[in-house]
Amino acid sequence: MSAEPAGLELRDVPGPSALGGGRHRFFELLWLMSVTEFKRTFFGTVLGYVWSLMRPLLLFAVLLLVFTRIIKIGGSTPHYEVLLLFNIVLFGLFQEATGGSVASVVGQEGIVRKTQFPRLVIPLSVVLTALFTLGLNMIVVFVFMLAFGVAPMLTWLLFPVILLPFLVLTCALAMLLSALNVRFRDVAIIWIVVATALNYATPIIYPLSILEEDPTLRHLLMCNPLTPIFQQAHIWMIGSAETESVWAAAGGPLPLIVAAAIFVAVCVAGVWVFNREAPRIAEQL
Amino acid sequence: MITPEIAIAATSSSVAGFLARIAPLTPVTYLPLLTTHAPPQVAIEVSGVEKTFRIPTQRVDSLKERLTTFSQPGYRELHALRDLSFEVERGEFFGIVGRNGSGKSTLLKILASIYAADAGRVRMAGRLAPFIELGVGFNNELTARENVELNGVMMGLTRRDARSRLDAVLEFAELQEFVDLKLKNYSSGMLVRLAFSMMIQSDAEILLIDEVLAVGDASFQQKCADVFNEIRDSPRTVVFVTHDMGAVEQYCHRAMLLHDGGIRALGPADEVARSYLRLNFEQAPGGAADMGGMADITLVDVWLEDGAGERITNVEKESELRFGAVFEAHRHVEGPSFGFAFDNADGVEVTGFGISLPDGTPDAVEPGQRIRLSGEIENRLQPGRYVAKCWVHREHNLANLVLHSPHVLDFVVYGREGPGAVSLEHEIGIWVDAGAAVDGGTGASGR
Repeated sequence: MSAEPAGLELRDVPGPSALGGGRHRFFELLWLMSVTEFKRTFFGTVLGYVWSLMRPLLLFAVLLLVFTRIIKIGGSTPHYEVLLLFNIVLFGLFQEATGGSVASVVGQEGIVRKTQFPRLVIPLSVVLTALFTLGLNMIVVFVFMLAFGVAPMLTWLLFPVILLPFLVLTCALAMLLSALNVRFRDVAIIWIVVATALNYATPIIYPLSILEEDPTLRHLLMCNPLTPIFQQAHIWMIGSAETESVWAAAGGPLPLIVAAAIFVAVCVAGVWVFNREAPRIAEQL
Repeated sequence: MITPEIAIAATSSSVAGFLARIAPLTPVTYLPLLTTHAPPQVAIEVSGVEKTFRIPTQRVDSLKERLTTFSQPGYRELHALRDLSFEVERGEFFGIVGRNGSGKSTLLKILASIYAADAGRVRMAGRLAPFIELGVGFNNELTARENVELNGVMMGLTRRDARSRLDAVLEFAELQEFVDLKLKNYSSGMLVRLAFSMMIQSDAEILLIDEVLAVGDASFQQKCADVFNEIRDSPRTVVFVTHDMGAVEQYCHRAMLLHDGGIRALGPADEVARSYLRLNFEQAPGGAADMGGMADITLVDVWLEDGAGERITNVEKESELRFGAVFEAHRHVEGPSFGFAFDNADGVEVTGFGISLPDGTPDAVEPGQRIRLSGEIENRLQPGRYVAKCWVHREHNLANLVLHSPHVLDFVVYGREGPGAVSLEHEIGIWVDAGAAVDGGTGASGR
């Protein structure tokens, strides 16, 4: 064996796993899968990017009309229009990533059953693709922010600090959902309902300040781990002096502790379930 | 459809000459590369691998069912692999054969890290490129260029390496002009060439190949055969799963016969190929062997050959197709008749024939006698996969079945697709009649 070039001694074949096949290959595949998917949506057709931009913009236009002319939900919140657009785009990442990843592993059946493929790449590439989309959409959001007279702030630089926990939560859910959906195919259907509920349980179309008279509900909303993230984003990106801090909105540590606990629980569950299911996914498809 | 030149020789005296005839390709020139120095190095070591699938008797695949079903769902256990151990040496072309359900695919998937083994250990020296199904992992929306990169990374290359191999891959696949064409616009033949070429160029020390030879046109097949021969004599290790015993004998140094998840035979390729044929012909489900003991007449060999007498597994559409089979009698059988039929992939019997011993010879066979059938079949088959089945009756009575094997041979007909199950020769004309004013019409005719 001594004359053998390195790398040719017998090594254990670890079998399929979430990461399988080395870190290097994992990241290369993740990158390639995401980029190709991204290219496919945006550059495959002439109007690709325009269309994908149209969706949040049209939604924004409708909601803006409804909530500033009809329901007047924005109240006295400064720059409500921009906040609405920002929230829609940010939550768009969550919706696109979780919604897309639920069926991703089942949808990539061919790859999973016929090739040696690190399973984790599949849901994570959906999240990464959604992140690329967010990046493109944020350009438009910033243009609107400036156009609507939001003064550039130093706290804009803190956007990645918001994005990090948001992405971690999204990835964890993507892992959890994609792995569970292999076993239970109705997870995809259930998730549509849950995602819609989360859309309303997070201050996206309404600012948290409209709940001033109902502290109980506001505290309850704070237990949703997405709420502190969106509230902090509001403060750092658009906020004015009147915007309530996360701490004040929670009215005490308890809702925040619950939110943190849910956050950690989802992350642990995502990693645990995915790791446990990964070696057997091919057999269950 | 069968030309009547099928000859039957029932003479036991010509057994030796006959053996030379049926095995023109058998000389397995097994000159181990390893005889020189150095003890053989192990490339793949499988020890004590087991795999059991739990097949739920009642499938629960939704949360709702799971929550509303109170009884624990029952399972039936299927032992796909039982305590399997073997080694493949470096540089070896190693064949794995076995009937459907013998555990071949499961083993392959464990080697490729697609399934996890329940017990045991698999070790390998070097990188492995699996080639389990053609074109898996291809993205139809992407161009060949992008797919080569993606697939290369999938097989363990870095992106730069994968890109640098693009030219070599396309050149081998003869697809240089189509590098920027999306794969959805590729024909199936082009896809196959691209996939095969990618595997060859992947540079992995160990190749895992599952039944891919039945693809491509004749010239590409020849190219694949050349590559296989080249790899056979190189230090690369190949694990090759197939049903085609001709290929096993032609390429493999050693082979392994799996049966019911265990090793039935392991050794030189020709011996294992023979064990496989025996297993297949004698124990075919519903065959006479199942009715108790060895059949009175068994099928020893069956093959297709081209006009030049070469054995083939794939037939070009409308090319000359010759068919041969050898039976051996183990007991006295009165009035035997032999039949073959071909089913297409849809399970439709396309054609068949039956034949009895020639006039002027005793209408019976004695133990030890061999019966040889050969002849030409008019090749009107449409492209696709075909399965040959075979049976033998005694006393020219369909009710007295001596042997029945539903699957003795499969082959692929390739070429341009046409409508229907067969393409009949036709001569059809077409005319446009231009009314009475003009004399005559314009005619054309096509064949």
